[in-house]
Amino acid sequence: MEEIRFIAAIGAVGGGIHGESLDEAMAQKPHFIAADAGTTDAGPYSLGSGKSAFPREMIKQDLALMLRAGKRAGIPVLIGSAGTAGGDAHVNWTLDIAREVAREDDLAIRTAVIYSEQDKSYLKTLLRENRIRPLEPAPHVDEATIDRSVRIVGMMGVEPLQRALEGGADFVLAGRCSDSALYAALPILRGFPAGLAWHAGKVSECGTMAAETMGRGVIFGTIRRDHFIVRPYGPGLRCTPQSIAAHTLYENADPYLHKESSGTLDLSDSTFEAMDDVSVRVSGSALIPSEAYSVKLEGAELVGYQSIIVGGIRDVILIKQLDSWLAGVRERIESGIEKIFGDKLSKSQYHLEFHIYGRDAVMGRLEPERESLPKEIGLVLEATAPTQEIATTIALVSRQPLLHHPVPEWKGSITTFACLHNPAHIDRGAVYRFNFHHVALPHNQEEMFRTEFIDIGNPVYETSAAL
Amino acid sequence: MKLAQLSSLIRSKNAGPFVLTFDIMFPDEQSYLRVKRSGVLNAALFANLYHCQPETVRFFECDNARAFKFSIPRVIFQGDLGDGDLHGGQQFMPLVDIEVP
Repeated sequence: MEEIRFIAAIGAVGGGIHGESLDEAMAQKPHFIAADAGTTDAGPYSLGSGKSAFPREMIKQDLALMLRAGKRAGIPVLIGSAGTAGGDAHVNWTLDIAREVAREDDLAIRTAVIYSEQDKSYLKTLLRENRIRPLEPAPHVDEATIDRSVRIVGMMGVEPLQRALEGGADFVLAGRCSDSALYAALPILRGFPAGLAWHAGKVSECGTMAAETMGRGVIFGTIRRDHFIVRPYGPGLRCTPQSIAAHTLYENADPYLHKESSGTLDLSDSTFEAMDDVSVRVSGSALIPSEAYSVKLEGAELVGYQSIIVGGIRDVILIKQLDSWLAGVRERIESGIEKIFGDKLSKSQYHLEFHIYGRDAVMGRLEPERESLPKEIGLVLEATAPTQEIATTIALVSRQPLLHHPVPEWKGSITTFACLHNPAHIDRGAVYRFNFHHVALPHNQEEMFRTEFIDIGNPVYETSAAL
Repeated sequence: MKLAQLSSLIRSKNAGPFVLTFDIMFPDEQSYLRVKRSGVLNAALFANLYHCQPETVRFFECDNARAFKFSIPRVIFQGDLGDGDLHGGQQFMPLVDIEVP
């Protein structure tokens, strides 16, 4: 095998694959098609709630395009980080969509489903054995953190994907997975250099974001023994040495070193050359094998339930004394809460937050221009409590103080806050936080991931075997 | 000249839920090198603009990409109580007016 070719169909399954570009790239006879379906960038809600951040209909369309193209060409399709967060619920939800596609399109697809959600008692064992290590910066983690978590996933590297491909899967549906691993798995399995394979994946995993200007299309990669080439297919798209070099900066803390399960991708000596107007040749990328195999952990825990009130203040006399006025408002809300709940709800059990748009809501403590005052501010009061009922009650208690708390310069009764809605509050339901920024050092490469082979679509027969 | 006038893009973004990263990119080699040679961009300046400790600021000069990068730990982790920028995309403004000699 002189070279291995692939298509990165899109930066995120559910974003809407461009069918014409996919067809155009398929004519170049790729050896596999891949796309990731997840990210932490959507926030902790997906991992906490078990829900996808992308609509089902869009995911179905993208899955259909990929599975049909893969089946027609007889090449594998790999999807990672199913359902945004890659928990078992997300994987099964996505599998259900894939079944629907296979049934409707009359496709028989040998599927490997790889689960990456972690057992809590297993993680506690690792913790006791000092096999859970913090990354920088990390929240504190102990056994109670594991107990509190709704869901914890481990991010797989190439190894579980490779076992699935070796097992003959037409379709690999993976839980939480390194995006680049989806592209590196098969090339490394076929003996291509790991550094080039991982770098090709890194460049391609966001789809056409690696192009000079992002647009509708796909990315096509060709990996050879001493270099790889990337190019886009899509109207008006081009990759340039600078766009490819710059892409590894995006959403990465370090532009040169990228930690993966099996090692660190080192791009310090990578070189980028234009092949033609749209293609870039990359060489010099290396994978430095790590001493210990590591699996990044992502966890989410319930913070509480939330109600918010959205409104504004136009009174510049009030705005000039906003902090002291808000302190007064907060005091009145807190005493109202105490009257209602007494000892049943201590101050540490609920959280009141004012987001002041126009001043520092966006940058918070990083805001350098806190002193300049606008003529109007937007205010979001956020009440977080152990139950939705309590959060709603706190929001209801908050309305009067917001509306009528005195401003010393004004005599008589005043209305200080412009509510946007009626009712003034909005119930937001459960809110979550990420609680792990750690890696696990498992006893072996297999124990954190479970693979099941199933046949989906027609003919309808299903076998299940744990690998 | 202001940094924004020389650069083609100044942006901020999450690098995972716990880190914020800032990229400054240039349309041509000349503008990039002008800023690089001026030495105006460094961890101390960034720490000053963002009220953080210089030792927590990571700074990179990326010649291939004609770009500079800063990364810092998030003050509030992504999506946690009090976070006002879930994706971290609106944190770059203090960099825009940096005066390049």
